[in-house]
Amino acid sequence: MTTPPAVTPALEIRNLSVALGGDRRHRLLRSVNLTVAPGEVHGLVGESGAGKSMIGKTVFGILPGAARVVEGEIHFHGRDILGLPKRELRTLRGREMALIPQDPLTALNPSRRIGPQITDRLVKILGHSQADANRRARALLDEVSIRDPDRVMRAYPHELSGGMRQRVLIAEAFVAEPKLIVADEPTTALDVTVQRRILGLIAAMQARHGAALLFVTHDLGVVAKVCQSVSVLFGGHVVEQGRTGDILAAPQTEYTRALLAATPRYDRPDAELTPVAPKITAALTLENEWADMQYAR
Amino acid sequence: MTMFTVRDLTLALPNLNAKRAFRPAPAITILSDLSFDIPAGACVGIVGESGSGKSTLGRTLVRLYEPTGGSVVFDGTDITHLSPEEIRPLRRNLQVIFQDPSSSLNPRHTVAAIVEAPLRLHGSANPVADARAALDAVGLSRAFASRYPHELSGGQRQRVGIARAVALRPKFIFADEIVSGLDTSTQAQVIALLKDLQRELALTIAFVSHDLSVVRHLCDRLIVMSAGRIIEAGETAAIFEHPQHAQTRALKDAIPLPEIDDSWLTA
Repeated sequence: MTTPPAVTPALEIRNLSVALGGDRRHRLLRSVNLTVAPGEVHGLVGESGAGKSMIGKTVFGILPGAARVVEGEIHFHGRDILGLPKRELRTLRGREMALIPQDPLTALNPSRRIGPQITDRLVKILGHSQADANRRARALLDEVSIRDPDRVMRAYPHELSGGMRQRVLIAEAFVAEPKLIVADEPTTALDVTVQRRILGLIAAMQARHGAALLFVTHDLGVVAKVCQSVSVLFGGHVVEQGRTGDILAAPQTEYTRALLAATPRYDRPDAELTPVAPKITAALTLENEWADMQYAR
Repeated sequence: MTMFTVRDLTLALPNLNAKRAFRPAPAITILSDLSFDIPAGACVGIVGESGSGKSTLGRTLVRLYEPTGGSVVFDGTDITHLSPEEIRPLRRNLQVIFQDPSSSLNPRHTVAAIVEAPLRLHGSANPVADARAALDAVGLSRAFASRYPHELSGGQRQRVGIARAVALRPKFIFADEIVSGLDTSTQAQVIALLKDLQRELALTIAFVSHDLSVVRHLCDRLIVMSAGRIIEAGETAAIFEHPQHAQTRALKDAIPLPEIDDSWLTA
């Protein structure tokens, strides 16, 4: 899928740097650039600590602790959202963005029923009536193949299985027809067969509702199946970026090649599994530190 | 040589979810009529969906659960109903590596103390030296011995778990989803390590996982489970070539290979 240049991207991140306490010498995100077209799924892939979740958090304005944006722009449908006052960002987030988190248990309030947790966004931010919101929630639960939506709406999170909870969160994410969804390792905690069903659901919902999707994962296999484009990250730096097919077929960097060589494949049992060589990560770390020194000057 | 001979193994546990006040909990059958052998020196993959009983089977092999029916013979000894006292001397040959090393390593103990504990318990002549040898074997240098679990990365913690399990030079290790929480590169490291250790120490391993790609790389034999029963068993290569059971195929097809395939999501 190629995007004609006339279309305003759903999300455009330009030269984004995030640092602890705003200290430019120690950046968590290092001059990140990426563009996601409306209706596109963009994968953020890398090992733990690569900063892939950090990008989603920056877009949502929910950076943890002392992490601060030190430079860069985030355009959401052409509008710069970094400078927005908190209240406006909150409304924008409620109306037009959504998050599918990794752990469906901690993301749901254990002491509230499922129903209001899905409809909150509609009632409290978008001003729908409760009856209308309930109708919509029921329809969405039906769309994510939950057989008895009324029972699930009345249930508490602990009464549902992991796969069911993740479906509930997918329904919640799509309930207000958002323009951008950040999915943060949404299937890492699930069994492989459940993962396949959930990925199918996310892709189908995304195609039907046409949101742009930022998909965080450490699994190149998952990227291959759901993402049209991808950024490979190491140490908060985009090592490689492009169409998923191109990158998987002909990775341009040593690091991406090494990640692929470390991924086990049942169809290639005789291929040797090699961990990413320390000299590759050391070289990237050195490059990152060098870039930070230049950057801090 | 056979390490395990399992015949008609059945396990029923009290179902506390269905328990009513002041009444005994009704029994729920977790494993029913499992029969299989594990040859010495084999690495057997136990796979299945969550809830299929694969971890429970592993735990029953190392007698963390007592079977309610059938028999488990380990290395010539019937361990089906041995009392805790009777099984203790055998424990040095029945080791476990747990899924989550951050909850299975004592946070108040140093790495050295953690690896030495089973050595002391089983009367090693020189626990300090043996623990060092075990840490060397998993590629953790001397510097790690005095650290605490929270000071380690996930992969290093899993190595400590492995070092603790191999320190006694056991005959059998049950590895319960030990790479599912790790990064791709760390996972490749741990798989390579396990392969090396198996060869060097002539270990027999039962490796529980839901990732058939990992299992294909590591295990020479396979047991596929569903709802507490074995639906397929045999050599890994043969099962991958001609899976007999629809659920085995489903498990295999559910693995996303890193290549473009538009039909995968909709199939």
